[in-house]
Amino acid sequence: MAEVRLSNLSKSFGATKALSDVTMTIPDGAFVVLLGPTGAGKTTTLRLIAGLDRPDAGDVQIAGASVLGDTPAQRDVAMVFQQYSLYPHMSVRDNLAFPLRSPVLNLPEAEIDRQINAVAGVLRISHKLDNKATQLSGGEMQRVSIGRALVRNPRIYLMDEPLSSLDAKLRAELRIELKRIHAEMGATFLYVTHDQIEAMTMATHVGVLDAGRLVQFGTPRDIYDNPHNIYVATRLGQPRINILPATAFGQAPQTAAHIGLRPEHIAVGDGQAATIRRVERLGDQTRLHLVMGSHDLITLTDAHTSHSAGETVHIRPANPLWFDAAGQRIA
Amino acid sequence: MSAYSITEPTLRAKWVAGSIVVLYALITLLPLVWIVLTGFKTPPDSISYPPKVIFSPSMEGYVNLFTTRSRIAADDLAALPPPETWYDQIVRDRDMVIVGPSKFGERFLNSVIIGFGSTALSIILGTLAAYAFSRFRVPLKDDLLFFILSTRMMPPIAVAIPIFLMYRSLGLSDTHLGMILLYTGVNISLAVWLLKGFIDEIPREYEEAALIDGYTRFQAFRKVVLPQAATGIASTAIFCLIFAWNEYAFAVLLTSGTAQTAPPFIPTIIGVGGQDWPAVGAGVTLFLLPVMIFTILLRKHLLRGITFGAVRK
Ligand SMILES: Nc1ncnc2c1ncn2[C@@H]1O[C@H](COP(=O)(O)OP(=O)(O)OP(=O)(O)O)[C@@H](O)[C@H]1O
Ligand SMILES: [Mg+2]
Repeated sequence: MAEVRLSNLSKSFGATKALSDVTMTIPDGAFVVLLGPTGAGKTTTLRLIAGLDRPDAGDVQIAGASVLGDTPAQRDVAMVFQQYSLYPHMSVRDNLAFPLRSPVLNLPEAEIDRQINAVAGVLRISHKLDNKATQLSGGEMQRVSIGRALVRNPRIYLMDEPLSSLDAKLRAELRIELKRIHAEMGATFLYVTHDQIEAMTMATHVGVLDAGRLVQFGTPRDIYDNPHNIYVATRLGQPRINILPATAFGQAPQTAAHIGLRPEHIAVGDGQAATIRRVERLGDQTRLHLVMGSHDLITLTDAHTSHSAGETVHIRPANPLWFDAAGQRIA
Repeated sequence: MSAYSITEPTLRAKWVAGSIVVLYALITLLPLVWIVLTGFKTPPDSISYPPKVIFSPSMEGYVNLFTTRSRIAADDLAALPPPETWYDQIVRDRDMVIVGPSKFGERFLNSVIIGFGSTALSIILGTLAAYAFSRFRVPLKDDLLFFILSTRMMPPIAVAIPIFLMYRSLGLSDTHLGMILLYTGVNISLAVWLLKGFIDEIPREYEEAALIDGYTRFQAFRKVVLPQAATGIASTAIFCLIFAWNEYAFAVLLTSGTAQTAPPFIPTIIGVGGQDWPAVGAGVTLFLLPVMIFTILLRKHLLRGITFGAVRK
């Protein structure tokens, strides 16, 4: 449990700038979700905090003290890796016990057993404890590797897409479970995901990375409602925000080049004529795919709508976001 | 009809493969079987023509291998007290008495010390070097690796004379240490290259996970890398042992007494009192055993293969 402060952090691999000048404060007890496309530098950020890589420039502070001179063990963090997760020559039980048996902790075996059983119960892998690590399904491996982080009580949890290979039901359960652990232990989490629901429901803060830069940092609500640029606006929201030329609906602010309309920010009833190309009924909501002139849009409507494909509707923006030619938000 | 499977061979394929293996085993094992059998024959049986496949086994070869004997006159033989042991009896039957142990035991022990000693040293140094080459940024890495390999490009015996002179002035001739160092020197390049290949295959992420889990780099090496390199270590160890165990040329050149190994000794058995093929057969049989036992002991690691299984992509 500690605050993590990244100051002007940069890291290159040869000619690739994996991270440029990232400054970010992860408050004590926060659950920070890192979003960004592949190659944005998310894993690199975690590795720099864990001490697996050295930054080219900048500083990493945990609980107010720079940790650049510390080994990974001294930093006292736990990490769930994106890829290689389990020690293949050990059983599941030994994998979970490995962090607890480390020379720095020196716990009695009975205590180790107790903690393993507790974590295995939470992650629903109790029946697999005596399997070899290689005799597990992908989702089970992933849960064991989460378990290996959870058995300890480190200063920060670093998790790199920990739920990516689980089915929807298990993912939903573990999301709640991780959130519970976060709330009960007041632990600090830095969590990488591509999943919007994870970002919106679990995060106290969201950091959006793009090409090695931190584009925006704030609460999930803030990132959703007030994106600094088009890129951030497109990261959150399902279906994605509609981006159209600024004048698509008539007048626009002076410097605006694009108008951004979230699907729920399109009012149906009056305004421009648009043709319904497709009606997507998802059960709890219905999506309308529209064509307005030469532009495609998606909007939401109530679940039991009577609209059908081929009809013409009238739409107007409600709550538009305006962006300039460079993609920066202006209003 | 059973279901077709890509991974399960059909019954016919199993039979064909099995027969080929059995045939090959018969061809290669036959000389070996002959040597083992010769060890249990009496000298007349061992040279009888046509060769005897069925014979009454005798321990004479083994007795002769481990003893030195001298022939005595029939009168003196009759005057001796009755033989105390079964092996005294075997020797008396040939009008001889045992005068002492032969050098075979010592030479065999030398082989064990030098063979296993140099194998252990090659593996320890080889694993550490291979790990460093695999994981760390070593200056001139490629040149160093090439240099290490290049020590094997010329047959070792080509440098026999310089080594002979060097060992003489260093006082290493005919010492256990000298032979261990020599065989380690020859084996180390093989060990480094083989083991580097195996360690390269082990993803770094496992060590990184161990570093985060609270272990030092050396502890991570021991607990995470070594167990996963077991296959490589076992097969490299077997290669090293086979070379050191069978090496003949340097052993002839550099050892004559204290540190003489079994290979230069075995041929000398033939010369003692006629051609004693059963003793040679016995000597060769015993000589084969350690490498065989060593390989069988490490079999588990050889067969296990490398596990790429616990990798999530
Ligand atoms: N060890 C390395 N050597 C060379 N380049 C690297 C290395 N690690 C990362 N990179 C590069 O740095 C950039 C950032 O990589 P990083 O792994 O942090 O991306 P990421 O955001 O985690 O992506 P993903 O969502 O695909 O996991 C990428 O362009 C990647 O190719
Ligand atoms: Mg990544």
